[in-house]
Amino acid sequence: MVAEVIEELGIREKTAGIAPVGCAVFAYNYFDIDMYEAAHGRAPAVATGYKRVQPDHYIFTYQGDGDLASIGTAEIVQAAHRGEKITTIFINNAIYGMTGGQMAPTTLVGQKTTTSPLGRDKEHCGEPIRMAEMLATISGSAFIARCALNTTPNLIKTKQAIKKAFETQIARKGFSMVEILSPCPTNWGKSPAEAMDWIGEAMIPYYPLGVFKEV
Amino acid sequence: MAKKLMKGCEAIAEAAIQAGCRYFFGYPITPQNDIPEYMSLRLPQVGGCFLQAESELAAINMVYGAAGAGARVMTSSSSPGISLKQEGISTAAAAELPCVVVNMMRGGPGLGNIQASQGDYFQATKGGGHGDYHVIVYAPSSIQEAVGMMAKAFDVADEYRIPVMILADGLIGQMMEPVDMDQVGEVHLREKPWAATGYVPGGKKPRAVINSLYIETEDLDVLVSRLEARYEVIRQKEPMIETYKTEGAEYILCAYGTVARVCKAAVRILEEKGVKVGLVRPITLWPFPYDKVREAIAQESVKEALTVEVSSGQMVEDIRLAVNGIKPVQFMGKGGSRIPSAEEIAERIMEMRRA
Repeated sequence: MVAEVIEELGIREKTAGIAPVGCAVFAYNYFDIDMYEAAHGRAPAVATGYKRVQPDHYIFTYQGDGDLASIGTAEIVQAAHRGEKITTIFINNAIYGMTGGQMAPTTLVGQKTTTSPLGRDKEHCGEPIRMAEMLATISGSAFIARCALNTTPNLIKTKQAIKKAFETQIARKGFSMVEILSPCPTNWGKSPAEAMDWIGEAMIPYYPLGVFKEV
Repeated sequence: MAKKLMKGCEAIAEAAIQAGCRYFFGYPITPQNDIPEYMSLRLPQVGGCFLQAESELAAINMVYGAAGAGARVMTSSSSPGISLKQEGISTAAAAELPCVVVNMMRGGPGLGNIQASQGDYFQATKGGGHGDYHVIVYAPSSIQEAVGMMAKAFDVADEYRIPVMILADGLIGQMMEPVDMDQVGEVHLREKPWAATGYVPGGKKPRAVINSLYIETEDLDVLVSRLEARYEVIRQKEPMIETYKTEGAEYILCAYGTVARVCKAAVRILEEKGVKVGLVRPITLWPFPYDKVREAIAQESVKEALTVEVSSGQMVEDIRLAVNGIKPVQFMGKGGSRIPSAEEIAERIMEMRRA
């Protein structure tokens, strides 16, 4: 969907992407545009450097929940705070996928992972973090939305939000981010169909969908 | 141009701009704050961009982003901040990105103090971050010399696609000296076809992938072998050293940075006493000028060498490697920013003579 949006907006030749450390670590192989691979959590800082050198180009970061909501919280908050004209695609699947299913900051209370084998205990490690809501409170953010991949209507809305985020960058309004609730059947221990259901039943009640900020 | 009295940090910042640096990302830390302060005012005047990052981690990663986009870019910090930057320096080395990092060393370990020190020699020359890589390390001993290094630093960074470090002690940054700003050196800008400046499918320029991840053993081997081959060229071509009155000397002092100037004063004190002492001053700490150091100390006239550092003894290991047991090498110095006086150094040589 990200590649489709870039193509539809006709910005392919002036756009670069930044892959994270996480499940999308090889994203630089999948987008046929200039790409970076950033150190864990640092993609918004790398995007800042790129954008300051080439303010008339476009850049997006593609980050997971460990990269963005744990090790990279400083970078994402401060990039939003500065109103960097960058776009972030934030994949929230409530687990660390690449390293084999450990607890993420976005893991739901009670959810079992390899490092919360009895289920996440909020007394022990808090409740999951809601990044979209938090970043929407920052004055430098211009478009913040949360979408999900569990149904066809939600897929359509996700693509619309991604397009809006890039348009926000093109209009130089400020920081834009789309948080996308995504399935991880492998590490959730579910079939693909069950995983899609779980997004609707468990994730969306805690992570409400919608546009949290639009200027 | 007439010489102008300038503070080290400001002279280095101005020299970087004259060397074509247009982007600076940094986080304040004493004793180098005059560099970001100067950059924040001057870079916009020359069409560049200064940005105060939220941390050293972010700053070096902004450098990574800017260098990847083909810019001449720099960051600066001091010891604890340089430790934080190591992740990014290792990543930039692996991604073959040219950039300049200034370290105005202060006392360590940990937060240490904010006085001048030479405690980061190991970190700068023996790795710093993880993995098989090097950065080129220049150690100026005066503000004028630091100014004269900047164009070269950016040029060699671009030539070898390697991070370059200016390793100065806090004294260089904080003192004022007369400086001729016309001595920045010749600037050579080059094309960077590998940079992420936009990709047109089917066009001349290949797609840029600024990357440090090579998950297959064979692929990582290709990168590391390419880097090592480049390092070997650098070891052959880039070592720099100053030798001072070494010919026929009885003792050889070994020092870099500000301490080398104190050592020169000691050489003159000893000369008056009729003791022939010379000085070797490595200017590049990596690549280390092993051959020239060995040549000076291996002379028949030389009885012993004395390495003087504001550390607990770091460069002395490279001096001993260079000499390889041919002559004894003693060490004088302490961590914690205690800079020995010329008289103390001269006295130590006199003691060695009496022993």
